[in-house]
Amino acid sequence: MADTPQDGLQVTPLNALHRELGAKMVPFAGYDMPVQYPAGILAEHNHARAAAGLFDVSHMGQVRLEGAGAAAALETLVPADIANLGVGRTRYTQFTSEDGGILDDLMVTNRGDHLFLVVNAACKAQDLAHMRARLGGIAVVELADRALLALQGPAAAAVVARMAPETAAMKFMTFGTARLGGIECWLTRSGYTGEDGFEISVPAAGAERLARLLLAEPEVKPVGLGARDSLRLEAGLCLYGHDIDATTSPIEADLAWSIQKRRREGGGFPGAARIQAELAKGPSRRRVGILPDGKAPAREHTEVTDMAGRRIGEVTSGGFGPSVGGPVAMGYVEAAHAAPGTKVQLVVRGVPRPATIATMPFAPHRYFRG
Amino acid sequence: MSELRYTKEHEWVRVEGDVGTCGITDYAQSQLGDVVFVELPAAGKKVARGGEAAVVESVKAASEVYAPVSGEVVESNAGLPDNPAQVNQSPMGDGWFMKIRLSNPAELGELMDEAAYKAYLATLS
Repeated sequence: MADTPQDGLQVTPLNALHRELGAKMVPFAGYDMPVQYPAGILAEHNHARAAAGLFDVSHMGQVRLEGAGAAAALETLVPADIANLGVGRTRYTQFTSEDGGILDDLMVTNRGDHLFLVVNAACKAQDLAHMRARLGGIAVVELADRALLALQGPAAAAVVARMAPETAAMKFMTFGTARLGGIECWLTRSGYTGEDGFEISVPAAGAERLARLLLAEPEVKPVGLGARDSLRLEAGLCLYGHDIDATTSPIEADLAWSIQKRRREGGGFPGAARIQAELAKGPSRRRVGILPDGKAPAREHTEVTDMAGRRIGEVTSGGFGPSVGGPVAMGYVEAAHAAPGTKVQLVVRGVPRPATIATMPFAPHRYFRG
Repeated sequence: MSELRYTKEHEWVRVEGDVGTCGITDYAQSQLGDVVFVELPAAGKKVARGGEAAVVESVKAASEVYAPVSGEVVESNAGLPDNPAQVNQSPMGDGWFMKIRLSNPAELGELMDEAAYKAYLATLS
């Protein structure tokens, strides 16, 4: 294995640590990232469900919006209620396009005097340009000097509380600052696995030291992007560019829960006409969970048909769910076939195979709600 | 007396008499990672050398397993679908995929022996 990143790839502050830990590195969204460590994807997945997994998600974009009216301004780009987001609270939303598609999905935290955003790595440059063009009078500051770690799993809270006891009381989707090993960190009680845990924003200069401190705790092992994908799939969470993109609306994507009442009624965000119409009449297709009846995984782009063999949609994420112990998938199907329990077929290697529309998550969410 | 041969696609075949037991190599399983699913051909299926014979899937991806030799499948590893991790644990042993009755034993001459396969692996790293 090469000891240095492939030319042209960006690195995170933990790159040397990943290599020291024996990670298999792959290009992802322009970054040299660990897809797995020597333990392997299955063991890493299971460890995050059983104890605590440490993920490097420093490739994601961290952005600060500053200026009076930042919340009102951001509301012109996203369908969530940001104006009524309490201080220290975090909310999931999407940048929508004029035709109601999703340009990216993101987390927004109200930090009192500014908003703190976390956006996808692959969309970071586009998101920054979009905000700078559209948010007049608001400073859009990329926090390129910060790394982002995620500690996920049932033991995550105990590990962090050992370093900073005040974090124990933080509830799901809230924000707090804490000193971890003497390093000033920003914590949100959130993640991308369905488990309890934290995303921890840390100055780049302290990132490796914090990662080593966390890995020194007996419950913590490193987890790569491979298990991050199987964990989020089991949790029913969307991956941008796969399960959601510029052609899918938040309503089709079953993300209506992320659009609060005031915004549903008042609109005022890009694509409001389509999104409000779909809220009223229902979308023509919906993102659903799909459980193959047999053992064969159905991968992305697998055709979904009705029992008569007519195409009704496509898998957008699919694979083996280690915690489920079998194949799991999500995708879009025509609304008439979207009810849980509906029998469908997945065409894998040319052979139609029976499957059932299922409610998500496939692995229960275990967030800490106090 | 058995004869062990390898393909550039990292399958192996161990021939005894006119039947070859086939599987994927240790290198192949290590590249795939944790195997979670296999799909094996039914007995009686005719396969051609280099043609798709079986499927192996890890958590991340699905891969074809090609027939290292032409012939007719006489048996597949019945225990493997319920314990696909055997492909990782014992790729050249309990993790075998299928047995093929060779229709053209001369094809073996086109495959690599152990030394040639090792030399081939050395060119890949």
